[in-house]
Amino acid sequence: MKLLKNVTAPTQKLIRTVAAVVLVYILMEILIAAGCISSLIQGLLVPVCTYSIAAVALNLCVGYLGELSLGHAGFMCLGAFASAYFSKLTADTIPDVPRFILALIIGTAVAALFGFLIAIPVLRLKGDYLAIVTLAFGEIIKNVMNVIYVGKDSVGLHFSMKDQLSLGMSVDGKMIINGAQGITGTPRQSTFTVGVVLLILALIITSNFVNSRTGRAVKAIRDNRIAAETVGLPVSKYKLIAFTLSAAIAGVAGVLYSHSLNSLTATTNNFGYNMSIMILVYVVLGGIGNFSGGIIATTVLLLLPELLRGMADYRMLIYSIVLIALMIFNWSPDVQKWKAVNGLTLDGIKARFSKNKEVQ
Amino acid sequence: MKKKLFSLMLVASMTATLFAGCGSAESATEGAATTEADATTEAVEGSWKIGGIGPMTGAAAVYGNAVMNAAQIAADEINAAGGINGYQVAFNAQDDEHDQQKSVNAYNTLKDWGAHAILGTVTTAPCIAVAAEANNDRVFMLTPSASSPDVNVTNGYDNVYQVCFSDPNQGTASADYIADNAIGTKVGIIYNSSDAYSTGIMTTFVAEATAKGLDFVDPEAFTSDSNQDFSTQLTKLQSEGCDVIFLPTYYQENSLILNQANSMGYAPIFFGVDGMDGILSLEGFDTSLAEGVYLLTPFAADAQDELTKNFVAKYQEKYGETPNQFAADAYDAMYIYKAALEDANLTPDASAAEVCEALVGNMSTLSVDGLTGTAMKWSTDGTVSKAPKAVIIKDGVYVSAE
Repeated sequence: MKLLKNVTAPTQKLIRTVAAVVLVYILMEILIAAGCISSLIQGLLVPVCTYSIAAVALNLCVGYLGELSLGHAGFMCLGAFASAYFSKLTADTIPDVPRFILALIIGTAVAALFGFLIAIPVLRLKGDYLAIVTLAFGEIIKNVMNVIYVGKDSVGLHFSMKDQLSLGMSVDGKMIINGAQGITGTPRQSTFTVGVVLLILALIITSNFVNSRTGRAVKAIRDNRIAAETVGLPVSKYKLIAFTLSAAIAGVAGVLYSHSLNSLTATTNNFGYNMSIMILVYVVLGGIGNFSGGIIATTVLLLLPELLRGMADYRMLIYSIVLIALMIFNWSPDVQKWKAVNGLTLDGIKARFSKNKEVQ
Repeated sequence: MKKKLFSLMLVASMTATLFAGCGSAESATEGAATTEADATTEAVEGSWKIGGIGPMTGAAAVYGNAVMNAAQIAADEINAAGGINGYQVAFNAQDDEHDQQKSVNAYNTLKDWGAHAILGTVTTAPCIAVAAEANNDRVFMLTPSASSPDVNVTNGYDNVYQVCFSDPNQGTASADYIADNAIGTKVGIIYNSSDAYSTGIMTTFVAEATAKGLDFVDPEAFTSDSNQDFSTQLTKLQSEGCDVIFLPTYYQENSLILNQANSMGYAPIFFGVDGMDGILSLEGFDTSLAEGVYLLTPFAADAQDELTKNFVAKYQEKYGETPNQFAADAYDAMYIYKAALEDANLTPDASAAEVCEALVGNMSTLSVDGLTGTAMKWSTDGTVSKAPKAVIIKDGVYVSAE
């Protein structure tokens, strides 16, 4: 611990979170090698990483920028489609590893670009209005994805926004993006290792960002916009930077998603507002502004419905009830008061331990 | 110090989640098996384990539930008649909420359960995702209703077979039928552009109609988000003078289309595909509106043969509904497994991979009679060939149109 003494508190926290993730990763790898982990849990490892990254991205937007975005699934969607499109197009020409890295860069860049473009009008709004507009943009992205048709044949690429027939492809043509049917046959390259590496990268980037000069400015704007403006902070610039970064990280989650499944479609459940709200639930349950909490909440909430499979038809009902119970237990003022009285808060528990230390 | 404690707690809670995950995953699968045991035969050692995947909750639940119910009926019948090669069948249905990711989770759950083969998945997009996994693991899949060629032909998955017609097959057959029987002079099309099934049929219908020289106007699209009001599409088709409207859509939407066309005073001939089946049993729908509607379907619940009557009676008795075409396909799927496994002469000792190799080898040699067709045959790419039957609705029942 001496080594950490010279490091600032936020960095210490980051190092601990990353260490915890790495520890879990090593443990999982050992358990998989030992054959103790079921296929179900193995199949859930990549989704957990994907949604954790998405939660980190949204946490940056909600927790530090202080703006409620309901359109983050849209940015994931962009990252997913852009990267899957690239991977499918170059599947025969570029070897696996460089292709995935390029796809990752492209997916992130496209999500960032659209995040930037959308942020320009959106960030002129505040609070509820901003939430509504981001929701609309998320839906627009999803719906636009549903009408894009791209095919490839010996002549070259064909593009249409009407239907497959208007592409006018020759017989040997292959569909790459097939409208609402999306992209099928994306190479599946998202492994648990890739997911964990990207998650750690996302954690390092966001944690460094929020504690940088820019990050402090963003937090100042969140806490008091007028005061921040008075001291001469360019509000729009900082807001744009934070929102774009958040969209870019959501794009990374999208890349991971699209390369873990063979079939990519933009429906309400995956990439519509349902998913945006799911990610928001992860963030709120984990604690707004708390990256590691978001990861834990994501893990718990993703595993829960799968582990409830034994309950057959009742599992969605039970999942909802558990979700409500968890939210109340974590955030209801009454429960918080009760926890404070009984010394069950984090501070209360810590205080108990430190008292013991002092006695020693 | 506080930070250290916090991080320790963090690690502890994460690992706790992990172990909780590990432990309860096993109990969850056991739980599933026990639920199954309550419903049917006990999943004793040495029984066939067939896993079903489909949407049992969410918007597409009606299809998933129909499939699971019918597969259960078939499994019960097979067990009562002595099982497959003398071994009982256990059927385990898993929900996928019509979502690719959830479908893969369901598939992994069934793999943990030790499924010999998969009956599913019910809907197309999840089926493609699961097919990729199953192709990797060499697990055989027989889908009752995922009709897109993407689930097997396009992606080259040799382990995925279909019970239903593939989309191209339906579109072509419909265009041929309308052209050959001169149902009308000008055809209008309304389809769901956000649905792979609907778009797939529309595409092949248009291709075949062009080839046949059938006069049709540009297809009118709607999406699942806007499937309540069809007056724009209908007005347009009416002004174009269409006297036949081809509806490669599901019956819920079709009922609205029929209703709205009626209130507009527009009375073309409607021509549906297998998704139209079920319209007569839709609650609150005035069946007189469906008079004279043509549909191309492999299954009609009102058919008078012994097999259909027996199945419909059993389904109604057990679940209180008239089975639709999804249910019929699933019922057939279970019997196709019986025929294929008996033909391969396998016992439940065989691993999923062994079952897969055997069935991939013998499916194309089989000929199975079922509810949805007699002498169904498969080509090695997994598509089925059976004759679609054109029926017309007269006095509230299906009558053969030929």
